[in-house]
Amino acid sequence: MTAFPSFDPERFLAHGLGGHTGLLGITHHAHGDDWVELALPYSETLIGDIASGVLASGPILSMMDMATSMAIWLKRGHFRPQATLDLRIDYLRPATPGKTVIGRGECYRITRSIAFIRGQAHDGDADDPLAHVAGTYMFLDMPGAEAKA
Amino acid sequence: MTLPPYAHLLGLSVEPGDGGAPVLLMPFSDDVLGRPGFLHGGAIGGLLEMAAIVALHTALESEGGGRIKPINVTVDYMRGGREKETRAQGIVTRLGTRVANVEATAWQDDSTKPIASARMNYLIVRDI
Repeated sequence: MTAFPSFDPERFLAHGLGGHTGLLGITHHAHGDDWVELALPYSETLIGDIASGVLASGPILSMMDMATSMAIWLKRGHFRPQATLDLRIDYLRPATPGKTVIGRGECYRITRSIAFIRGQAHDGDADDPLAHVAGTYMFLDMPGAEAKA
Repeated sequence: MTLPPYAHLLGLSVEPGDGGAPVLLMPFSDDVLGRPGFLHGGAIGGLLEMAAIVALHTALESEGGGRIKPINVTVDYMRGGREKETRAQGIVTRLGTRVANVEATAWQDDSTKPIASARMNYLIVRDI
C-alpha cells in the first residue's frame, strides 16, 4: 500500500468532488483533529416533502456519511479506503426550509479494523440539532478485508 | 404517490412489486458514485428510505391515507454497490395507529444478495 499524504479535508472538498457529494453541493465548513463540519445548502431539488418544502432525509444521511468518513481520515492522519458497516440516524426534527444544514462528524474510537463515529446536524443553532448519527466503518487496508468490498 | 424532487435527483423510477410494495429502480450514473468504482453509501441510503416511504404510503392508502414523519433509520451495508443499476423494495412489518415499522432492502443483480438493508420507524398522522 502506498503511503498517502496527510489528509486535508478543505483541499479534499475544494477539488470539486464529482459524484454524489458534488450532486448535493456539499462543501467544507470547519474541521479539527478528529471532527469535520460540512455544509449542505438548501436546494429545491433536495426536497422530500413537496407540501412542506422540507429536505429529504437522504441528503442529510449522505452528508453525515461523508463528514464521519472524513473525521476518520483526520484521526488516522491520512486517507485510506474504508466501507460503511452501519449508520443510524435519529431525525430529531425537520430541517427548516431555506436554511443550510451543517453536519458535524466525529471519530471517537479507532481499533485495528473498525472506526466508531458519531455526529449531529443542525441548521444554524448547534444547541438545537435536527439529527443525530452513530455508526461504524471497516478499514479496507486490513488483511482479508477486501473480500467484503 | 408522486415521487418528491429528491427521488428525481437520484433518477428513481417505479416498477411493479410482484405482489409486494412497488420496487424503486436507481440507474447508475456519476451522480450516485462515491469512491471510484462504488456507489455512495448516502445514495444507497436515500434509495432505501424512498423505497420504505413508497411501501408505507402504499400501505397507508389502503387504510384511508395519512402523512408520515421519519423518526429514525438504521442502514446496514453488506456489499459494496458496483457501477450498475440498483433496485430497492420496502416492506411494512407493522402498521400501527401512530407508528409504523418498515424494512427495506437494496440489491443489484440478485435480490437474494442484498448490498444494503435498512430498518426505519415512522410516526403516522392518519387522515381518518
